[in-house]
Parts: sequence; C-alpha cells; structure tokens
Amino acid sequence: MYRLAEDRNSKGKELRMCVVETIQEMMTYDDKVVALEADLGGASGFTKIQKSNPDRFVQCGIAEANMVGVAAGLSVTGFKPYIHTFGPFATRRVFDQMYLSGAYAHNTINIYGSDPGFTVGANGGTHTTWEDVALMREIPGAVVCDAADAVQMEWILKEFAKSEGIHYVRGNRKAVRNVYAEGSEFTLGKGNILKEGSEVLLIAAGQLVSDALDCAKMLEKENISVEVVDMFTIKPLDEELLLKEAEGKQLVVTFENHSVYGGLGSAAAEVMAEKNVPVPLKRVGVKDCFGQVGTPEFLQKEFGLTAEDLAEEIKKNYKMR
Amino acid sequence: MDKNQLQDLKILSAKIRLDVLKMLEKRGYGHLGGSLSIVELMSVLYGKQLRYDAANPKWEDRDMVVLSKGHAGPAWYSALAEQGFFDKEWLYTLNDGGTNLPSHPDRLKTPGVDMTTGSLGQGTSAAAGIATGFRMKGSGQYVYLIVGDGELNEGQCWEAFQYIAHYKLNHCVVIIDENKRQLDGTTKEIMNPFDVAEKMRAFGFHVQKVKGNDEEAIDKAIDCAKEVEDQAVCIVLDSIKGSGVPYFEQLAGNHSVKFNNDEILGANHEAIKALESFIEGGSELCTD
Ligand SMILES: [Mg+2]
Repeated sequence: MYRLAEDRNSKGKELRMCVVETIQEMMTYDDKVVALEADLGGASGFTKIQKSNPDRFVQCGIAEANMVGVAAGLSVTGFKPYIHTFGPFATRRVFDQMYLSGAYAHNTINIYGSDPGFTVGANGGTHTTWEDVALMREIPGAVVCDAADAVQMEWILKEFAKSEGIHYVRGNRKAVRNVYAEGSEFTLGKGNILKEGSEVLLIAAGQLVSDALDCAKMLEKENISVEVVDMFTIKPLDEELLLKEAEGKQLVVTFENHSVYGGLGSAAAEVMAEKNVPVPLKRVGVKDCFGQVGTPEFLQKEFGLTAEDLAEEIKKNYKMR
Repeated sequence: MDKNQLQDLKILSAKIRLDVLKMLEKRGYGHLGGSLSIVELMSVLYGKQLRYDAANPKWEDRDMVVLSKGHAGPAWYSALAEQGFFDKEWLYTLNDGGTNLPSHPDRLKTPGVDMTTGSLGQGTSAAAGIATGFRMKGSGQYVYLIVGDGELNEGQCWEAFQYIAHYKLNHCVVIIDENKRQLDGTTKEIMNPFDVAEKMRAFGFHVQKVKGNDEEAIDKAIDCAKEVEDQAVCIVLDSIKGSGVPYFEQLAGNHSVKFNNDEILGANHEAIKALESFIEGGSELCTD
C-alpha cells in the first residue's frame, strides 16, 4: 500500500543517494548484487559503493557498450548487475548491446539512467534524453519505470532484484519533491490513483507527478475536476486502470518528461485507439526536438513541462469539447 | 602431449571438419571459411583443455566458450555434437525453422552454448563479464573468448580488451582467429589491422602466436597462458580461412559458400572422402 507524503513541498534525499544506499543495503543480504559504473561514480555517488563493497563494484571506464556486455556476462554467471550512467548513454548509446547481449540472450541487467529530459541541466543537449523510454519500450520483455520520488525509487530498485530481465528506471540525480510517505509499497505494472476527479484523467510519470498534482489543484479552483494517476511503470502499462478510469471522462491527458513519440503518451494512445475509448486524448511532452543547456527550471519552462503549461493545455483541450 | 593424445586430437579435428562440410552441403550454404579456420582450436578445447560435462551442460564448475565470431557456429556445433552435447542428427537441422542450431549461437537453444553472439564485437564484453563473475566467485573457471580478425574492426572489441587487460583477467583466454580475410576481401584491403599481436601487446596482453591448424602448438599455448600470472593473455591463431580443404582455401569469397555447382560439390566430396579415410585410419591427411 502507498500513502501520500504529508508535506509534498519538501524534498526527499537525493535520488542518486537513494540509489547508492539502496544498492548498499541490498548488498548486505544478497551477494549476487553487483554495481557497475562508467566513470561517473563521482556524479552518481557509486564511488561510495566502491568504498563500502569493493568486491562487488566494477569500474568500467568510459566505455558504456562494454559495461553493458560485462553486465550481461555477470548475469551469465548468476550475478544481478546494477549499472549506472546518464540516461542517453544507458539507452541510446548501448541499444544493440542491451537488446542482444542483454534481452535477446535472456540476461538480467538493472539500469539506472540518470538525469532524463530537462533534469539534464548544465550538461545540455548532448546529454539530454527524450527518447530513452521509447527505446527501452521496444525491447521485448523489458520493464520500464520512471520514479516519482526517492521512496518509489528505493522500492523499484529492490523490486528489480526479484526477477530476471532488462529493468530500466530513469530518474533525476538530485532531490525531487516527495510524493509518497516512507514505507509506501507499489506493484510493478500497476498505476497509482493519487487524486480522485470526475472530468479529466491526468496520467503522469516520474518527478512530473508532483507537477501534475499541483496542476490538478490549480484547476480545482477553476472548477475542473482532475483525477491524477502516477503511471510509474510505463511498460508493462496498466491498461486496465487506464481503460477503467478513462470511462466517463471528458479528456485524457498524458504528461511526461519525454518525447511524445514512443513514451507514456504513445503507450496510452495505442491502448485507447485499439480499445475504441471514446474520449479525446492530449499528450503533453516534448515534440520532435532536441534538448539544450540551461538550469532544469529554465528547461522545464522552455519545453512546456511546468504545472502551469499543463494547466493551459488541459483548459485549451477541455474547452474544445 | 604424447603421440596418441595428439593423434586423438587430429582425429577429432577431422571429425569436426567433416561435420562442418557435410552440414553445410546439406543446408546448401553457410559460413564455411571462418568455421574451418577454428576447427583445430575447437578440437583442442573440447578434446583436452575445457572442463565440461556433456551430459550436464549447466554443470556449475564448467569452463565456458564465447564464440564472439558467432558466424562460425557450425564449427562449434560440430565439436559439441562430437563430444555428446546433443545428437549428431541435429547438425542437419542448421537454420531450419525452429532448430536448436541457428546460424549464430544462442544460449537459450543449444546445450553447451553459454552466450548468445552474432552481432560482432559483443561477445568480447560478455566474456569479460563472465571472467569477472568467475573471479568474484573465486571459482577458478576459465572462459575462452574466440574473436575473428575481421571482427576487430568493431570498436567494442577494443573496449573489452582494455578492460580485460586492466583487470588482468587471465582466466579469460582471448583467442584471435587471424585468418586474414573477412567478408568483402582481405583484412588488409578492408581495414588494415597492421600487427595484431603487437597491438595486443601494446594493450597490455601476454601474447603468443601459433599456427591455427597445429593442435600441439595451440594446446601448448593454452597451457602456457594458464601459467601467466598477473597479466591478461592472448593467443593469435595464424590461420587460413577455409583451412584444411585446399579448394576452399583458394576460393575467393569463402566467407559464405553456396554449394550449388558441380565444381564446389566435387571439391567437397573429395574433402569428405579424404577426411573419412583419415578417421578410419586409412591415410595421412595432407595439411597445408
Ligand atoms: Mg577473418
């Protein structure tokens, strides 16, 4: 069971520290857990794992393709590798290795792709990924998650250790606002209804879940009733929840820190089209463009991904009906 | 190695080569050249060096082979069949729909195959990871990584080599099949490899170079590699693409061969006859 955080404006611990500490904790009871880095240990905090668990840490250097292959080989010998690099390098750069040495060969690789979308900040366009979810969704059998906060990130990483396969989670390295209370439990492949509402179904993932909740609050004041769902597992998608909650709504909106091509919005559109859901759909995300440099706050505005942008989109599309 | 042991390996080589020729003729096409150039290596591995249990391919303490040049699957399948991993009849199902022997090795389908390969370069990193796993377990197992010389065009090989050398993973025996040819021509024409052995030395490996069709030399090199402490090890096979069948050695474009004309079929039948006669103890084989 999950519960909402009491203070949604406070931030949890840095997601990278959450990842580091969760892996360290798992290493205390599971000697198969191994952490791999590609020379970003200072950025991810994985150097702390190197210090605490030197015999379960593998520094791969700046060679991501090799890191993914090494992870696959570790899986062959029964280990559970957790690898980190920035989102674009964890997916786009190593796609064939992930697809063949990983998934096709039925190996297990758990991936933390950090700083997705606008959270890239000062690293800019070369380090931006708006397509990681789209790529990972294409891999047969892969599990694809976008963590809403530190509580959920910890739960996801521990859940990954319980099954074999390709498991991807994206998330900011820095602290994000709390959505969930400590100790919340989730189910992979099941979305979470965070706020009831009767007119608009708003489906978000990742740290934008906080902005989606803000947006719903803003729209309440304008007498638009918005239901908010955290669809943290983008694959497999909770089709049942989507179909059930879309019923009777005026509008379905998806909200993602990702391209509208191939991510959460696409996944929802595919289901709604095939199941003949007679409700209009608006996908709010990034539209066919590259990233750029700036503060995360600047970039979130620049790419139209703030709660205010979302509210505008909802009002525009809601009124068009 | 005594004379009898060497003779046994030569007979195993002949059997593997014979199986490759027969299975590819039956299929009508296949990756002939690069399969034939590693026949003696497969013979030494499966006839002498590897620890395995054909009846229990998943035996916990087994050594592993990663055939990164996955298109040479037919040579591997032949060695596995000869050693009893599966019925030899399987060899004639190569590339059939639903077969357990696909053109490129698949760890989910074939007993004795521990890593799926075929997208060139990728097996190198997987073998590096397997050796890392063996070291973490402290098990002393070996993984034999077989890489093609054309495959060295792939940058991932060099990422993996620097990793293997850095970590001195001497239980990952890197074996480069330097048969000097790749699909579109000679390696020199396509992408000059310069001196492969020197390159590997520069990367930090202990390197040996041996004739690819010499069982005794290959065996000695592996023994020697196992003695090397504190350094990664590499064996460069000075081999011939299409090795062991003069006609195929000479044939231009022997990477993938179609068995669709009398000349090729005639040469193949002649080679099959010679191998069968050698296996029955009736003749000497003319090698190089
Ligand atoms: Mg070659």
